Amino acid sequence: MNSPRTSVQPSDLSAVLSERLFTQGSLPRYAPGVTLAAAIVVGGVLHLSGVASGLAAVAVVVLYAVAIYGWSLAVEGARKAKNRVVTTVVTAAFLLALLPLISVVITVVGNGVGRLDVEFFTYSMHGVVGEGGGVYHAIMGTLLITALATVISVPVGMLCAIYLVEYAKGKLGRAITFFVDVMTGIPSIVAGLFAYALFALIFGPGVRMGVMGAVALSVLMIPIVVRSTEEMLRLVPAELREAAYALAVPKWRTIVKVVLPTAGAGIATGVTLAIARVVGETAPLLVTVGITTGVNMNPFDDRMATLPVFAYRQFMSPGLPPEPAIDRAWTAALLLVAVVMLLNLVARLISRLFAPKARA
Amino acid sequence: MAKRIDVADLNIYYGETLAVQDVSMSIEPRSVTALIGPSGCGKSTFLRSLNRMHELIPKARVAGKVMVDGQDLYAPDVDPVAVRSQIGMVFQRPNPFPTMSIYDNVAAGIKLNAKRMRTSELDEIVERSLRQANLWDEVKDRLDKPGTGLSGGQQQRLCIARAIAVRPDVLLMDEPCSALDPISTQKIEDLITELKADYTIVIVTHNMQQAARVSDTTAFFNLRGIGQPGQLVEIGDTATIFSAPANKATEDYISGRFG
Ligand SMILES: Nc1ncnc2c1ncn2[C@@H]1O[C@H](COP(=O)(O)OP(=O)(O)OP(=O)(O)O)[C@@H](O)[C@H]1O
Ligand SMILES: [Mg+2]
Repeated sequence: MNSPRTSVQPSDLSAVLSERLFTQGSLPRYAPGVTLAAAIVVGGVLHLSGVASGLAAVAVVVLYAVAIYGWSLAVEGARKAKNRVVTTVVTAAFLLALLPLISVVITVVGNGVGRLDVEFFTYSMHGVVGEGGGVYHAIMGTLLITALATVISVPVGMLCAIYLVEYAKGKLGRAITFFVDVMTGIPSIVAGLFAYALFALIFGPGVRMGVMGAVALSVLMIPIVVRSTEEMLRLVPAELREAAYALAVPKWRTIVKVVLPTAGAGIATGVTLAIARVVGETAPLLVTVGITTGVNMNPFDDRMATLPVFAYRQFMSPGLPPEPAIDRAWTAALLLVAVVMLLNLVARLISRLFAPKARA
Repeated sequence: MAKRIDVADLNIYYGETLAVQDVSMSIEPRSVTALIGPSGCGKSTFLRSLNRMHELIPKARVAGKVMVDGQDLYAPDVDPVAVRSQIGMVFQRPNPFPTMSIYDNVAAGIKLNAKRMRTSELDEIVERSLRQANLWDEVKDRLDKPGTGLSGGQQQRLCIARAIAVRPDVLLMDEPCSALDPISTQKIEDLITELKADYTIVIVTHNMQQAARVSDTTAFFNLRGIGQPGQLVEIGDTATIFSAPANKATEDYISGRFG
């Protein structure tokens, strides 16, 4: 043990070390910019000489990746060169994914902003032919039906998730998980037909009610609520439950007073996102709630208007002249997009404001 | 208040694996019993079987007898919640409730069980418990701040305050000082000595000096071998165990000549 472990003498060691520098060459900071500019110029030339714009864009990306790889390999070495290529690919994929979103927002805002006036928010379509009219009735319908769907889905979904996480052992739990997964994939029109069939059994065929739409939306919402709540409950450390048990707190109290508050912000976020997911559903509402021109605030009696069905109807049967109806459809679509974005913002806000904090 | 615990032929399982084998020992009321032994020999497992926390782990089970003042802890009609209301526990890792303030954490045993109590009375209990856990001076100005905003050692003392606030008859402590500085450790040891007058205390520790300082009885656990269950090697008067242990393994472990 006392003999020297290596034969390297101090002088050799410093010679070896001096060759292993921490520094290495690096590209100038303007390198990516210059390369990209050059690639864009080439792409522009290609486009002018008749290549389709999409193909030219692909050419720009490929050219940029190849050029920056070669340059970086020569100056910085293999690892950094690879890093630059992967960065390029990731950025390009991100922009590609963003493209439809930006396109939708621009189109909807461009076409919809024209009718974004006071009348649109305060009038229904009662007796409106041609210009004018509004979506007050559809806004109220969407609010009522979505609220009802939430009232149905949240207790069912949360209790189901609590059962799965806190109580389920063995077969029943696995079966429920399986069916929740199946429910996640149910096409929305099927949910609508289910609700219609259910109510037709009770009230006879041809029945139309707001609550039918709420039931149809619940079928879509419940699996989302179950999934997100389940995930949040599983994140609550077992140690917290044990801490409560050790204080002789019964299991149900532990769940209600310790587990749920700890997961509360996450659950609320999940519920908000579930609402955002179903608020724009069209097909199930079309077959269960239908559409009217006037305000109907009673979800237990007759047809109601909702924003997505309104947009669909205005677009599909605009009447003559068609322009005012098409404009209304775009504005209703804009409103829906805005509502969904708002709900997503609310979800983020909830998780930021109410999540248990590590530090005061 | 204090209770006597008699363990007879206790085997503790995780699923099919036997983790602790054939433990028999008596724990006297109004005394401190220290459990020592190498990591993984089943000290925590044994401790958790004394207030029916072990069975919370899926598939975990216990065979044998644990008698507390003559009552069998594992008799079929025993309510684990009632057991835990009399046998409190401090865990190896601090686990304050993240949604609760410091005050509410200490009052958790009372508030979570929805026991009715006057505010002044509750204030008194919280202050007394925090003082006993040597945390009062550090937190008295921020009782309404989250308990998770404290340092690791402060959190551990908060958990000790939480456990003693409900005045259990028996207090099980799993390495309560492993995250504490010497001064806080000293205070906790003082607290243990003080509580001994009324409570039965079982403490797991890796600190030999601590075991020697605070305990009346010491139990040495050891693994029979790699992959084998842990077992109780020797139990006796702390003074005897530390000066003249009967078993060679005990002597080696205590004097640091182990493994
Ligand atoms: N949840 C669990 N599931 C399965 N096996 C477990 C579980 N917890 C502990 N064990 C096993 O039981 C044995 C005893 O573990 P235990 O935590 O009681 O040791 P310990 O003596 O407290 O160790 P330490 O001093 O490191 O805390 C170990 O072999 C461990 O791997
Ligand atoms: Mg342990």
